[in-house]
Amino acid sequence: MLKFTEDHEWLQIDGDSAVVGITTHATEQLGDIVFVELPDVGAEFAKDDDAAVVESVKAASDVYMPLDGEITEINEAIVEEPAKVNQDPMGAGWFFKIKLKNAADAEGLMDQAAYEAMIA
Amino acid sequence: MEEDLFTTPLDALHRELGARMVPFAGYAMPLQYQLGIMKEHLHCRAAAGLFDVSHMGQVQLWPLSGNVADAAKALETLVPVDVLGLKPGRQRYGLFTNDDGGILDDLMIANRGDHLLLVVNAACKADDIAHMKAHLSETCRIEVLDRALLALQGPEAGQVLEAIAPEAKSMRFMDVADLSINGIDCTVSRSGYTGEDGFEISVANEDTMSLAKTLLQHNSVEPIGLGARDSLRLEAGLCLYGNDIDTGTTPNEAALTWAIQKVRRNGGDREGGFPGASRILGELTDGAPRRRVGLQPEGRAPVRTGAPVLDASGQQIGHVTSGVFGPTIEGPVAMGYVANDHSETGTEIQIEVRGKHLPAKVVDLPFITPGYKR
Repeated sequence: MLKFTEDHEWLQIDGDSAVVGITTHATEQLGDIVFVELPDVGAEFAKDDDAAVVESVKAASDVYMPLDGEITEINEAIVEEPAKVNQDPMGAGWFFKIKLKNAADAEGLMDQAAYEAMIA
Repeated sequence: MEEDLFTTPLDALHRELGARMVPFAGYAMPLQYQLGIMKEHLHCRAAAGLFDVSHMGQVQLWPLSGNVADAAKALETLVPVDVLGLKPGRQRYGLFTNDDGGILDDLMIANRGDHLLLVVNAACKADDIAHMKAHLSETCRIEVLDRALLALQGPEAGQVLEAIAPEAKSMRFMDVADLSINGIDCTVSRSGYTGEDGFEISVANEDTMSLAKTLLQHNSVEPIGLGARDSLRLEAGLCLYGNDIDTGTTPNEAALTWAIQKVRRNGGDREGGFPGASRILGELTDGAPRRRVGLQPEGRAPVRTGAPVLDASGQQIGHVTSGVFGPTIEGPVAMGYVANDHSETGTEIQIEVRGKHLPAKVVDLPFITPGYKR
């Protein structure tokens, strides 16, 4: 199940776990990403907490926790090579995996059609 | 975008080229084109870039006496610069100072033989013009030009311009001349804001589109937006007014004393005589309490404007005034102010970013080797 937030994060949800990244639209707005800071595995966040940072040449932007949960895995590859986020934002450029506190919370997020309507 | 923004004569071209337009100093300006900031920056360092800087103010000072020396002497009452010694066809960097020794704006001053030509910052131009009208009207007619300004910058800028304006070849850094470029009358200075060789070209509004298209036709030339302009100038160690210098910084603090020639300093023939002279000349002798320096963080995390600069023990000693990820350096670069006793090159400091203290060093500016054609 693919879901989206108003802050341009995507979540690929499978049961009570989810892979999280930023959308293609977000990467186009940010431009070339030159630095990524990821949270620690095991860190717990509430929805909308600052969970990660992406920086372009000119500016820093926060990546928010899309739902309450705990970080279970992070994508070190984008720390090593931030350009991966621009190259494949919905795939190899994922940010972190989370274990959702309440899997049912995902119902409140946008589906792809709703997200595409929002950015149109 | 807001409706009441000014547009430059290249507005339609920016949009046609796919620029992302942003409001800047009251103008709709291109932040970046389709290449994006990183590639635009690297292209300008490797070949040549064309910038629309028509938002900047262009002002002529015409001496009422007919003698340009009178305009130079008058302008010297507002800037700590040797204007009288500036030869016809030459340009130099200057600063408008205030009574407290702060900086009202930075500008370029050219001697055009029978008048002076000034280029001032977009955000300051209304204040600068009012300032000059208030103080120079007895000696000068102040004419604000409604013309466009293009910058052609990069190691291949010379060959690009020489191919269509052969006289450009004999120009050196900071020369100013009237050139016919492909039949278009232009006033050209060999200068810029990137650290590269290049030209700033003043052109009539109605000729701007044709000139820009001619220059962009060259394989070496890509359009470059304000985003890369900022990262280019920061790598080149050049100040951005409003960030790195303002009314709260003196030329001494800003490490811009090279812009104050000997003749205007203590013991010079035309010592002082500009706003804030007592403080500025005093600091030339006694030093200033803080200094603008280059800051190079270790690692890859960029540091941004406003970030606190700390000494090794964590005590705040200053702050960052500009910071980007430098595409040429392939790492973060910044400048900022630090207490004088921490301003020496090589001093190890820390910069606070999101609560973390990142190790960094005070470094010499610029971060790149300039390509100016001396």
